[in-house]
Amino acid sequence: MLRDITLGQYYQSDSVIHRLDPRVKLLGTVAFVVSLFLSDYFLGYLVAILFLAICVELSTVPFKFIVKGMKTIVFLLIITVVCNLLFTTGTTVVSFWKVTITVEGIRMAFMMALRLSLLILGSSIMTLTTTPNNLTDGMESVMSPLKKIRVPVHEISMMMSIALRFIPILLEETDKIMKAQIARGADFETGGLIKRAKALIPLLVPLFISAFRRANDLALAMEARCYRGGEHRTKMKPLKYRKRDGIAYGILVIYIAAVIIVGKFGIPVGGFVW
Amino acid sequence: MSIILDHVSYVYDADTNMPVKALDDVNLVINDGEFIGLIGHTGSGKSTLVQHLNGLMKATSGTIYYNGEDIYDNDYNKKELRSKVGLVFQYPEHQLFEVDVFTDVCFGPKNLGWDDKKVQLKAYEALKMVGIEDEYFYQSPFDLSGGQKRRVAIAGVLAMSPEVLVLDEPTAGLDPKGRDELLNKISELRRTTGMTVVLVSHSMEDVANYVDRIVVMNKGRIMYDDVPSEVFKNYKELEEVGLAAPQVTYIMHALNDAGLKVDCDVTTINEAANEIVKALKGRK
Ligand SMILES: Nc1ncnc2c1ncn2[C@@H]1O[C@H](COP(=O)(O)OP(=O)(O)OP(=O)(O)O)[C@@H](O)[C@H]1O
Ligand SMILES: [Mg+2]
Repeated sequence: MLRDITLGQYYQSDSVIHRLDPRVKLLGTVAFVVSLFLSDYFLGYLVAILFLAICVELSTVPFKFIVKGMKTIVFLLIITVVCNLLFTTGTTVVSFWKVTITVEGIRMAFMMALRLSLLILGSSIMTLTTTPNNLTDGMESVMSPLKKIRVPVHEISMMMSIALRFIPILLEETDKIMKAQIARGADFETGGLIKRAKALIPLLVPLFISAFRRANDLALAMEARCYRGGEHRTKMKPLKYRKRDGIAYGILVIYIAAVIIVGKFGIPVGGFVW
Repeated sequence: MSIILDHVSYVYDADTNMPVKALDDVNLVINDGEFIGLIGHTGSGKSTLVQHLNGLMKATSGTIYYNGEDIYDNDYNKKELRSKVGLVFQYPEHQLFEVDVFTDVCFGPKNLGWDDKKVQLKAYEALKMVGIEDEYFYQSPFDLSGGQKRRVAIAGVLAMSPEVLVLDEPTAGLDPKGRDELLNKISELRRTTGMTVVLVSHSMEDVANYVDRIVVMNKGRIMYDDVPSEVFKNYKELEEVGLAAPQVTYIMHALNDAGLKVDCDVTTINEAANEIVKALKGRK
């Protein structure tokens, strides 16, 4: 049921990508996202697809598992495609009723869908191969220059890591409560909108209570261990760059350069340059 | 009238690189009116197994029959099955949500589409059965003590008049007094209503005094399935899988080894006391 939501979930394995320093993966993801906006033509995206495919292969996360997480954004994807198809002006291809579809529209819809999918896939590779703890450690380290201008970097990353840690716990809890209520004859699947919204009450009330209880317990546990924020805290496992991280940065630079160069060329197909 | 599990297996996270085989070829028959204790070390698959009994989880392979009908048949009425096989989850008090105790207990029977009168009658009966006094009926369930909350939650399932009552670790987190009270209530309930009860626990001590049959699980498989005294004979093997026989068993075996001829098959403290007295008298 709910366990099928894989977006933002960690997939345990021991691949090269898993072992990379989280900072490399963070900056790499940012670079990848930026690279998606660098090229105007399809060829540039081909490089991005290739790069992503290699990363997926190296990560040893089954492609099926990654795609499962994409299910959640299918809706967003469809809206993007439809809007671009309908509302882009240009050379008409077909026109029926009040709708006209243009070459530019098809091109835009295709590019946007591609961009969006690559964006989500790219960032899920990061979350799938990095434990939440590592991720926030990386984030803290990447953002640490901001401490100079009094941004509470440590507190932010602490909050993030707690939030991330709680997602699977709350999902599991939801699953459990849902099952318990189904066992009492609750029905979450049939009926109209109002009936379904109402059916959520037996789920949401216990869920909130449990979330508050957990938050309370956690706060208490942290206080009992004398936690008091960022200054002078040391880490059990400080992040350290290794040789493979240097190599990864090198590959990233090459990748960006490749996208910029290749992205300059378009292939003319169907009366338009792709 | 029975539940039959035929070669049931269940795998968690089947499509990842770390599948967990939680149930491994389980064959089990639960007869009408039986009081069964399902015992196993933590992680042995007890909770997974009981969630199969009312169709909440679908077996990866194998079949389950309820009263002779395959519950995985497409046209099988799952909702009815869930009302027939009442499942009380581990920490059931976490599922309470209504403004007061009585309304919460009404939730289950109401979902079955009964009329208000029957719903209220059943809720009232259920609360009485678990020993909740009238004065608590209109309190918020969240203001009750842990043990009371749990009884209310159990009443929430009982109110649906199930034919089979399955309780997943009903005594977890209760103090010894609360535990004994609850187990006595369940035992009494089953005596008066004659319903089938499956009691999940990881403590032999808990169930030894009450059940007529013990099913021991280990790593997703059924290890023993017999009357208590037979199961406890294997107390050495039980220890190896992280379980223990009741204290009584150990004492009787120790007495026997020390030369006092007693019957080691007794399971309850009372039986043991009688047995020891008998043996001592016999010696004189
Ligand atoms: N939602 C889940 N996802 C993955 N694995 C799970 C899940 N739930 C249980 N398991 C695994 O299945 C196995 C059996 O778990 P189960 O909860 O049935 O054990 P249990 O006998 O009820 O234990 P306990 O006494 O702790 O309640 C365990 O190895 C557990 O790690
Ligand atoms: Mg359990």
